[in-house]
Amino acid sequence: MSLPRGWEMVIGLEVHTELLTKTKLFCGCANDFGAEPNTNVCPICLGLPGSLPVINREAVELAMRIGLALNCRIQDSTFHRKNYFYPDMPKDYQISQYDVPINAEGYLDLPDGYRVRIERAHMEEDTGKTTHLGTSGRIHGAERSLVDYNRSGVPLVEIVSGPDMRTSAQARAYVAELRAILVAVGASDGRMEEGSMRVDANVSVRQSGEPFGTRCEIKNVNSLRSLVRAIEYEALRQIEVLEEGGSIRQETRHWDEDRGETSTLRSKEQAEDYRYFLEPDLVPLAPSAQWREHVAAHLPALPAALRRQLSELVGEVTDAQADTIATVVDLSLHDYVLAAVAAGVPVTLALSRAANEVASQIDQRSQLSTEAFIDTIRRENEGEISATQSKDVLLTVLVTGATPAQIIADKGYVQMASDDLAGIIDGIIAANPDDWSRFVEGDPKVVQFFIGQVMKATKGQANGKTVTEILNAKRG
Amino acid sequence: MRSAREIAQSVRGGASAREAVEAAVAAVAARNEELNVFLHVDAATALAEADAIDARVAAGEDPGILAGVPVAIKDNICQTGVPTTCSSKILEGWRPPYNATVIERLRAAGAIPFGKTNLDEFAMGSSTENSAYGPTRNPLDPSRVPGGSSGGSAAAVAANMTPLSLGSDTGGSIRQPAALCGLVGVKPTYGLVSRYGLIAFASSLDQIGPFAHSVTDAALLLEAISGHDPLDSTSLPEPAPSLVAHLNDGVAGKRVAWVRELVDGADESVVASVEKARNVLRDAGATIVELSIPELRLGLSAYYLIAPAEASSNLARYDGVRFGQRVDGEDVTAMMEATRTAGFGAEVKRRIMLGTYALSAGYFDAYYGQALKVRTLMIEAFSRAYGEADMLLGATTPSVAFEFGSKTKDPMSMYLSDVFTIPTNLAGDAAISVPVGTGEAGLPIGVQLLGPGRSEASLFAAARVLEKAEGRS
Amino acid sequence: MSADLTRDDVIKVAALARLRLTDAEVDLFRDQLAAVLGHADDLASLGTDKVAPTAHPFALANVLREDVIRPSVDRDIVLAAAPDAQDGRFGVPRIVGEAP
Repeated sequence: MSLPRGWEMVIGLEVHTELLTKTKLFCGCANDFGAEPNTNVCPICLGLPGSLPVINREAVELAMRIGLALNCRIQDSTFHRKNYFYPDMPKDYQISQYDVPINAEGYLDLPDGYRVRIERAHMEEDTGKTTHLGTSGRIHGAERSLVDYNRSGVPLVEIVSGPDMRTSAQARAYVAELRAILVAVGASDGRMEEGSMRVDANVSVRQSGEPFGTRCEIKNVNSLRSLVRAIEYEALRQIEVLEEGGSIRQETRHWDEDRGETSTLRSKEQAEDYRYFLEPDLVPLAPSAQWREHVAAHLPALPAALRRQLSELVGEVTDAQADTIATVVDLSLHDYVLAAVAAGVPVTLALSRAANEVASQIDQRSQLSTEAFIDTIRRENEGEISATQSKDVLLTVLVTGATPAQIIADKGYVQMASDDLAGIIDGIIAANPDDWSRFVEGDPKVVQFFIGQVMKATKGQANGKTVTEILNAKRG
Repeated sequence: MRSAREIAQSVRGGASAREAVEAAVAAVAARNEELNVFLHVDAATALAEADAIDARVAAGEDPGILAGVPVAIKDNICQTGVPTTCSSKILEGWRPPYNATVIERLRAAGAIPFGKTNLDEFAMGSSTENSAYGPTRNPLDPSRVPGGSSGGSAAAVAANMTPLSLGSDTGGSIRQPAALCGLVGVKPTYGLVSRYGLIAFASSLDQIGPFAHSVTDAALLLEAISGHDPLDSTSLPEPAPSLVAHLNDGVAGKRVAWVRELVDGADESVVASVEKARNVLRDAGATIVELSIPELRLGLSAYYLIAPAEASSNLARYDGVRFGQRVDGEDVTAMMEATRTAGFGAEVKRRIMLGTYALSAGYFDAYYGQALKVRTLMIEAFSRAYGEADMLLGATTPSVAFEFGSKTKDPMSMYLSDVFTIPTNLAGDAAISVPVGTGEAGLPIGVQLLGPGRSEASLFAAARVLEKAEGRS
Repeated sequence: MSADLTRDDVIKVAALARLRLTDAEVDLFRDQLAAVLGHADDLASLGTDKVAPTAHPFALANVLREDVIRPSVDRDIVLAAAPDAQDGRFGVPRIVGEAP
């Protein structure tokens, strides 16, 4: 999208991610808020009188991994209380890092090399979940609401970027790359739609070269697509206001996905007075040099490095292959590919199967072991099964969890023997004399026609390479 | 009434724990209506626990250093299934689903948690007059207050209902009522006793501690409840200190400081008691030094910003959503306001207002922020003083127990009752109040010994010297 | 500065703290808070520019627990304490406004 002449967007993003710990940030309740309502709760995460928080070591470690992956300075840090009344907040204050976060001043390089500064990546606790009863199921017009505190106290890291992005595409690329990083370091499952990763966008506009304009914060952005839509809508709205001689009020705005527009949630004047003060029930975090070094030494490979590694394996990378590599890395499927390559399978085949078949059933990926992936495409590569069969085997493993050998046996996926194939090919030649003549005359394009016919006749049980060999032999 | 030490010794030797509990039940029946000490007693459960102790002894087990001793519990300490109100209407009927760590520790030592005692609502007060369930009377003179906020726990021991009780001390709430009821009361080093399950007033100041008739009994109880707790992030890392073993260490060679700011403004009789204590300690071999610590005068002002600020946040959770009382409203904000307005008493509202203001935008630096700096000054001043003395001597309260209603009209006059006790809480240090002499109407006077963090053993030994000189074993 | 404490300040603070005050209470609290804050003004005159604030009495750090699941509390017990419960959740009247 292009903006009216001379206008430029300024975008900063605040991304909240839930951490993949076993337990909550301050208590031993399971970090599993998909469970029956209010079954993972205790005096601490319900904020019952007398209860006290104790910080989860693993949450700190995951926060440090995020900081390292974002090139932040990891520092001694403290927790504050952010005071406001809301029914999903059991203590009516949120424990959050405030002026001294665990991670400060890093950066994230987008795949095209554009650098976005990271101001901070701090730890805090999540709230409970509210269900609104009444006709609409939304907060407005609800007669009453019900609260489930399973999510209350789940560890979050909030990553705040600098106001460095200038296009919605950069914002999208930033969130996509950040998500890939969070997944790669094992800190997050990166699921925006499920709310385990949440994005707020600060958007302002200015005439190029001018100082920053007044920004609005946009909430309720639940996918990359709606992030782009919301930012573009908001930028155009602000430009329209300014071009008509109006001014922008600093405010928080709500993105309505169905209506495709943002609307005022509250103005700066209505902003809460949070009365932050140091949380007296917790003591500071001061990770030792030894701990930091341990976390750094065990940091998994990051997306940029993985893309580089896969590109080098491919050699000359086409645009399409670059997209395939990006998909594999974004979805954290590189382990399959690298293992397959190590087992002697061509990298392009492994990339293609991972970026297509495995990616299409990404929620089922836990069904597919690395061994099963290698087993399947190795059989394909060695001609034991056809490409069509190989794709179907992968999809079936993802859905059912059965082993490739079992699926191949069940479905009778064996490649037809050359003798049987030769007979079928003779029949096809007889039925298509004109095409055969062109083939004999050396028209290479006709090969695909014959392979297609053979595949149809054999229901995909033929090996394309073998068919070509037989055809060439018959031409003499 | 027998001492806790005697009860535990006899129970461990095969005497009946049931008898000790029955004596407590009888004493409560005799005087609780008059004094309003206990808000809740479950005699049947206490007796059943006593029977279990007796059974364990019969089976050859040793239930622990407080075997069979009934201990009264201030009603801001959570006990599973037992009504816990903080003397507030807002918590009426609430039964916590968990035990405070101190309750677990008491049981592990063989003690029997015996009933919940009255307090100033949410421990905010110095007279136990701010209770939604009526004031507690001083057993020594029922026309007077027992002090507060742990007035019920002090009165339980002073009225010989239980030999021991637990209170909490945020600005003097154990030492002041101990002084006014003629008891030993201890504010332990911050972090020595777990706060897990203590309903917070001011988290950086609150500490649970014992009331007892004697230094020995207080030492037994403090040993039983202290030591590291992984459920409290501010718990000190070390195990419980050895106190009983050092009770008779005396004060020979110790430097004890007479601190002007810890007696200035006290009644003549109170000053006389502190002088008496000084002489006793000197005669027992201590060296007396004189000190002035002007920073202590700043304590009251800093405290009445820090404590309300923390309280305003700690008391936010009483919103009518998850537990306790609710007053309906047309929307959730109206419900929360109606609930809190009806549920909190005037003093609690006053402190919430004060704390909210001190933390609010535009005032934070001038009030709360400045108070935290004064806290630093106070800690540094104490630290200098402890370079010149091993412990400090002073009054616990400016006067003996006062009459009902005499300070309720003017909050500031009530706040001044804690002027000598507050600095210890700000510093996180230890202090003990021990009865020395009497004043107006023969009422007891408390003398306070203050020491640095983790100095409980030497404070107890010095208190024991004073206790012996007073003719109490 | 405490002398400047106005009725409006008191009303604003009461709203922040979710308390409702009668007119008489507003006046009373204004006077009482001003008196306490008047004492606090003594602190403001101290030279504390170079003094670090103390929020914790002791300098502990890194108090952490292992990431091990501990039993939660039975939902029936938790909800029995609630003023209003429905369908395994805590009930509240309608909520006006989104969370901040």
